[in-house]
Amino acid sequence: MKGAKKANEVKPSDLGLDVEQLTELEPERLPPLPHPYQDWKDEPIPEKKKKELDTSLDGIAGLRIPRPESEAERRRAVESFVRGLDKLFSREDNWTFLRPFLLSIENCVRCNTCADACPIFVESGRAEIYRPLFRAEVLRRLAMRRRSGLARAFGALTGTNSLEPDWQVIARLAELAYRCTLCRRCAQNCPMGVDNGLITREIRKLFSQELGWSPVELHADGTIKQLTVGSSTGINKKALEDILEFAEEDIEDRTGMKIKIPVDKEGADVLVMHNAGEFLSWPENLEAFAILFEVAGISWTLSGDLVGYDSVNYGLFYDDVQYARVTLKHAEIARKLGVKKVVMGECGHAHKAFMAVGDRMWLERANIPRESALTLMEDLVCNGKVKIDPGRNDFPVTLHDPCNITRSMGIVMPQRRVLQKIAPRFREMEPHGVRNFCCGGGSGFAIMQSENFPDWRMRVSGRKKFAQILDAFQDCIGPETNKYVCAPCSNCKGQIRDLLNYYGAWERCRILYGGLVELVVNAMADVKEGFLEWELH
Amino acid sequence: MVAVQVICYAAVVVFVVAVLVRVIRYAAISVGMRWELYPVPHEKGRAAWGGSIFEELEWWTKPRRVDMIGEIREMLSEIAVLKGVWHHNRKLWWFSFPFHFGLYLCIGWVVLLVLLGIFGAAGVNLGDDLATVATWLVAITGYAGFALVGLGALGLLLRRLFDPGMRRYSAPVDYFNLLLFIAAATVALAAQLLYDPGFSLMAGFVTSLVSFSTPADLHPLMVAEVVAGAVMVAYIPLGRMSHFVAKYFLYHKVRWEDEPNRPGSEIEKRVKQALGYRVDWAAPHIQQGKTWGEVTTELPAKQEVAK
Repeated sequence: MKGAKKANEVKPSDLGLDVEQLTELEPERLPPLPHPYQDWKDEPIPEKKKKELDTSLDGIAGLRIPRPESEAERRRAVESFVRGLDKLFSREDNWTFLRPFLLSIENCVRCNTCADACPIFVESGRAEIYRPLFRAEVLRRLAMRRRSGLARAFGALTGTNSLEPDWQVIARLAELAYRCTLCRRCAQNCPMGVDNGLITREIRKLFSQELGWSPVELHADGTIKQLTVGSSTGINKKALEDILEFAEEDIEDRTGMKIKIPVDKEGADVLVMHNAGEFLSWPENLEAFAILFEVAGISWTLSGDLVGYDSVNYGLFYDDVQYARVTLKHAEIARKLGVKKVVMGECGHAHKAFMAVGDRMWLERANIPRESALTLMEDLVCNGKVKIDPGRNDFPVTLHDPCNITRSMGIVMPQRRVLQKIAPRFREMEPHGVRNFCCGGGSGFAIMQSENFPDWRMRVSGRKKFAQILDAFQDCIGPETNKYVCAPCSNCKGQIRDLLNYYGAWERCRILYGGLVELVVNAMADVKEGFLEWELH
Repeated sequence: MVAVQVICYAAVVVFVVAVLVRVIRYAAISVGMRWELYPVPHEKGRAAWGGSIFEELEWWTKPRRVDMIGEIREMLSEIAVLKGVWHHNRKLWWFSFPFHFGLYLCIGWVVLLVLLGIFGAAGVNLGDDLATVATWLVAITGYAGFALVGLGALGLLLRRLFDPGMRRYSAPVDYFNLLLFIAAATVALAAQLLYDPGFSLMAGFVTSLVSFSTPADLHPLMVAEVVAGAVMVAYIPLGRMSHFVAKYFLYHKVRWEDEPNRPGSEIEKRVKQALGYRVDWAAPHIQQGKTWGEVTTELPAKQEVAK
């Protein structure tokens, strides 16, 4: 055993233990998967760069914290952490989320009602460090010890003397903030309304905004690249032109339709914002939207401006400053184009960044109305604005609900009404809608592809979703039937793609995944049959 | 006995001040990002599946339909029967519900005694029938309240002790709080049953409190009952047990707060004000000595962000 403590025995006060590795995932404790994976055995997660990186929490390198080279470096990090902790409680530094943060930190009664709601905790075999309360309790003890004279004076009674901020505690806490997908299912279960997901986000924020610690995929290769190059994918304006040209040719090859994808079109009614990840990984999504809007006669355009052709905003996951920079840029681009509204493509966190959280950042003349493509699709499909032949989608379809679109925004029925119209063999996962389970790739996990983090993501955070997918198709689970998981979110699609690959579910069960608009176009009577291609990519 | 009266007055003052401080502290945070969580019960016609106005095409052109009855219904079921605990933590509910319901009965008991005291001090004659009903109500709320609080707290204590998940995260103060409730309820039950089964002495004491007159002497066990009650009243709002205050804000100002920001709105005004706050965060990608409005619209020099 590599971990000093068994997974189900760790306590918050153990976080500072002077051991090489606190605990580890125990594969034999993971819950069994449904048929035909009931005998599936997970291999232990391989070790990665233990000498260079601090993996002392659970052996996983998600955040990739370099090991400090000197005692002075350790001390500086701890001092920064303590200063950052104070700033989380300051109105000036944290006006964005102070109210829910303060209320959640001060009022948890530790009833643990949140525990069973968390797919990561449950699917890890109930490993204590992944319990929603665990990391919140660590921060709570550190904060109360610093902020409350009473809590300090009665430390033995309040439990605040059980933890001191030292290098080991802060390094493990930082890493632990990336073992939660911020799906907020725990908050939904909490009778008090305490939000441990939000506390996790605030921990990430403290480390990013004060110490500059954040996953390279979200920050240096994420928001920084987006703000400087134009997209977190690295797509610049020239590459965008090439991609759109390719998409137009591909549309013609697939359907025979000649469509010019509009960019910065003056006088367009609708600015469509896609996650640029679609352009590289799933160009058929971009193409399907172009076909649908062309057939429906919508006056639309993409933006060719830096940042404007990529709707992602990873700041939502870890950093308020980066979030605000990106969303203000988006708002300014929409204002400059003079469109009547912005329509969000199939990207869950972009929905939330633009419409819910962004509601308070799009100000004055830049407060251009934003709506979901799912709502617009419902209007086009269900009100007869495009002709539908549901027989073209005569295969089992299930729907994955992105947390950001359902639980955080309440967009639940439009996508279902569309599916009921276009997919005669549609069936729900259980639970679904606002009670759904996260795909396991939320809050940036799906793009965190380095070291051994993806191994953990496949075995633990995505396990519940994979089990749900299998359960939804139990009546036709064999490889003789093609099946489709509809995931109207780029991030969720990335995670589901990785899950299907890891578990070999395409070969074994013929389960494919994709967005909603592809299914819509596949069923459109005015489009040549066979838009959907049955191959996993 | 005057000392006991002073303790009671002090407890009420501590309670009111502590609750007010807490309310003002939370209410003073006037703006923040939207962070609602669905289902939101005031979403008219959509709350059943957790829907929102975002489900409507061009939602900003539609009137916002708020169902206050739905919200009140949800609030009442949460307050009266702890609906959330019933659905998500049934094992806890069997103790948590009697405990909280017992507290409501105890509050009712105090309110009744205070009202009777005010009527008595003002010389209002309730009449025989109403007085009999009041006497019975005082007895029922008192005995049932003490018993339920005591038993509920005992159950919660045992659950906290024997449920590994709860035990691991409980601090000594969590056990201490429950023991305090058990002790106060037990003393109250014993004192009333042994020395004042009809609650007439307690009614007299409360009348003396509301009329600021000298009370009759009470048995030492009843004095202990009153002091324990006063200590609870003063202690509850000082710690996590005051979650009744926080719950209002967590539900109404976070979880169910979905008011859209319209151009020219009060929300917009407050956000613009907040953008004028100075940012003190020290990471390399954040410029120093600038406001939120400046930091979020200007990028730092490349060498600062490239770390």
